[in-house]
Amino acid sequence: MGLTRLIANRIAFGLITLIVITLLISLALEALPGDFAEQRLGQSATPETIAAIRAQLGLNEPILVRYWQWLSNFLQGDMGISLSNSRPVSELLATRLGNTLFLAGASAIVAVPLALFLGILAALYRESLLDKLISTSTLAAISLPEFFIGYILVALFAVNWQIFPAISSISDNMTLGEKIYASLLPIATLTFVIVAHMMRMTRAAIINLMQSPFIEMATLKGLKRGRIVVHHALPNALSPIINVIVLNLAYLVVGVVVVEVVFIYPGLGLLMVDSVTSRDLPIVQACILIFGATYISLNMLADILSIISNPRLRHPR
Amino acid sequence: MKIHELKKAFELGKISRRDFLQRSAALGAVVAAPGSLISGVARAEPKRGGVLRLGMGGGSTTDSLDPGTHPDSIPINLEHQLRSYLIEIAPTGELVGELAESWEVKAGAAEWIVELRKGVEFHNGKTLTSADVIHSIQHHIRADSTSAVAGQMGQIADMEADGDHVVKITLKNGNADFAWLLTDYHVSVFPTEGWETGVGSGPFKLVSYEPGVRAEVERNPNYFKEGLPYFDGVEITAISDAAARDNALKTGQVDATNRVSQRTAHLLDLAQGVSVQKIVGTKHYTVPMLANVPPFDNVKVRQALRLAVDREALLKTILGGHGEVGNDLPIGLNQEFYNTELPQREYDPDQAAFMLKEVGMEGLAVELSAADAAFDGAVDAAVLYAEHAKAAGININVIRESNDGYWSNVWQQKPWSMCYWSGRPTQDWMWTIAYESGGAWNDNNWENASFQQLLKDARVEVDPAKRKDMYWEMQRLHWEEGAVVVPLFAADLMGVSDKIALPEDIAVNWELDGHRCAERWSFA
Repeated sequence: MGLTRLIANRIAFGLITLIVITLLISLALEALPGDFAEQRLGQSATPETIAAIRAQLGLNEPILVRYWQWLSNFLQGDMGISLSNSRPVSELLATRLGNTLFLAGASAIVAVPLALFLGILAALYRESLLDKLISTSTLAAISLPEFFIGYILVALFAVNWQIFPAISSISDNMTLGEKIYASLLPIATLTFVIVAHMMRMTRAAIINLMQSPFIEMATLKGLKRGRIVVHHALPNALSPIINVIVLNLAYLVVGVVVVEVVFIYPGLGLLMVDSVTSRDLPIVQACILIFGATYISLNMLADILSIISNPRLRHPR
Repeated sequence: MKIHELKKAFELGKISRRDFLQRSAALGAVVAAPGSLISGVARAEPKRGGVLRLGMGGGSTTDSLDPGTHPDSIPINLEHQLRSYLIEIAPTGELVGELAESWEVKAGAAEWIVELRKGVEFHNGKTLTSADVIHSIQHHIRADSTSAVAGQMGQIADMEADGDHVVKITLKNGNADFAWLLTDYHVSVFPTEGWETGVGSGPFKLVSYEPGVRAEVERNPNYFKEGLPYFDGVEITAISDAAARDNALKTGQVDATNRVSQRTAHLLDLAQGVSVQKIVGTKHYTVPMLANVPPFDNVKVRQALRLAVDREALLKTILGGHGEVGNDLPIGLNQEFYNTELPQREYDPDQAAFMLKEVGMEGLAVELSAADAAFDGAVDAAVLYAEHAKAAGININVIRESNDGYWSNVWQQKPWSMCYWSGRPTQDWMWTIAYESGGAWNDNNWENASFQQLLKDARVEVDPAKRKDMYWEMQRLHWEEGAVVVPLFAADLMGVSDKIALPEDIAVNWELDGHRCAERWSFA
């Protein structure tokens, strides 16, 4: 069937893309000034200690040889150990990935329905005061840098009114409720950042469709405006909306390092930044694979959902 | 009223504590509170219990428990919680034995005999013996060591156990200050089984450690120091962002923070229930020139460049006033054998221009390499330096370097660069690591025969009066002809909740009470 083949195709291409990305990252990391040994020792480096570290970790091999070693181990399911503290990369990633997915998931649960709701509302009452209010406020929120929104929220809700904690350093021994409470401010920050994009797209796609003949037909049939928008316009507008939602979901996983820094949230972003700084290649590779795979699979999901939501694509002639 | 007058008035009891705090805040000053301000009622009998929560900058996901590599504050602080050292620097600055009950040095200062405390137990129940000590030091000096102190500990020629509780250390050359080296934060003692588990004989036992995120420890009930520690446990949360550290302290999520930003310290000090403590120790910013590279091989050029920077302006702009101006010496004002007779070098562009004219180098053009990896604000400092030097007709071209690899590719490589040193507790140690000819970290290549000879002679001299003369002469030589500009000594600022009872003396060797806050502090 068409859809299955398409998916198989996309997965194959996705995997190739991932491999190419890891190779590029290896080369890019090698091109940066300072290698692992130099970054590790910093000012206290001596030629002898640098040589000792390089020898112990096999850093004297050319980058392509090291890349090949990494790749062959990885294909056998071994992600390697961190150069810095000899911990298994898989173990380092597990908690961090969980935290990142938790924050992304919680933010998505709040932001996506909110954006759709606001977008539909804005389309329904187009050019009204409500529409302008929604548009202006969400656009204002997206225009501010996320760390700024974060600091404002901390200043108001944590320092001034003392309702929520200023730092969201969640840990495994917290209950779900405690985790959600600790993460409320970063969730709010991320919601502010991504709502505008999705809401604008919802509004635009629906308004665009409202000019179509079948909407006119529905209007002539005497249907209520709300019913027209939700039952007739929205299903047809889904494809572009899904695309934007998925892009934003990908952002929630891979692009939130600034929010992590402001709220001390132990996510993947911080792990990746620390590892790039210290040139800890196995960790960087693992993070890149996760980020790359997230982007590729979410994009694939967007395409598949577009096809499913569109009968014309589902049953090509 | 100036801040020191205020302090005086407070100490004499002329104004109240509240007055003192309000007026000093009005001056925009963050003050190292006079001892009496924090002692009094609170200090009678330190309270036991509670978990100290530290919010600290200086941690990374890539940290480990390997004492040889600790790159920054969090692993260093944790090291002092988990493990003990042979010798420690007391809050008042002198050496006291920790695992060492006593130590003695033979004439010539090359042979050291350290007697260990008996009955010290590691967290795993094992009793400390000389084998553990030798194994721990060996970690830094064996041939394939990756330790950051492989160089400075390399002066050890041989170690030998004399029974379970005596270690004989023989040095390649005499060093009267060797005992100080044993206080280095890298040289902790761990059992022969290895450092990986975090087991030591320190005041706390490791519960969990996620590098770059948090560390949790609990009280070691068998700690060998009677009655210590006061806390039941300690939690370190890694907070790399200075504003987030301030917020965490203000909202009571942590009890103390390190590295308060110099720019916002006065605001944090105004917050309820929080105070900022300022400590000026040995941390200094330097601008080393390679004295074997033209034009820096000309002593007049070096002198002119030292005169061409307005240190007061740098102190105000770069450090927000939190520090002291440097006098081109890597030695702190309060350190032993500091040469108090040398006048403070002032900003004098006319004199600088005149000196350059003398050697026919007016309109000198030089390049200064800078990156914030050297210290926070290093690029700004370099640009200001260039501005100040214009008045002397000197054209400094500031080259902005990459932060990554700065210490390998720029420092010691480029003829003139920005640098920082956390400083060392003794003259010999500081001069040896960065100024001795041929040293691995020598960043100026200044070859002055009498200076180098004095350094060697003073190292084996045990008579304090003679040492003083030698160190004064070395400082004079460096002050006059050396190749390193030392414009600033930077203060360490920490934020402390009023719930904490600080001891009367706070160590100045490292931040957070010499990184021993977990052992020395308690709740009020």
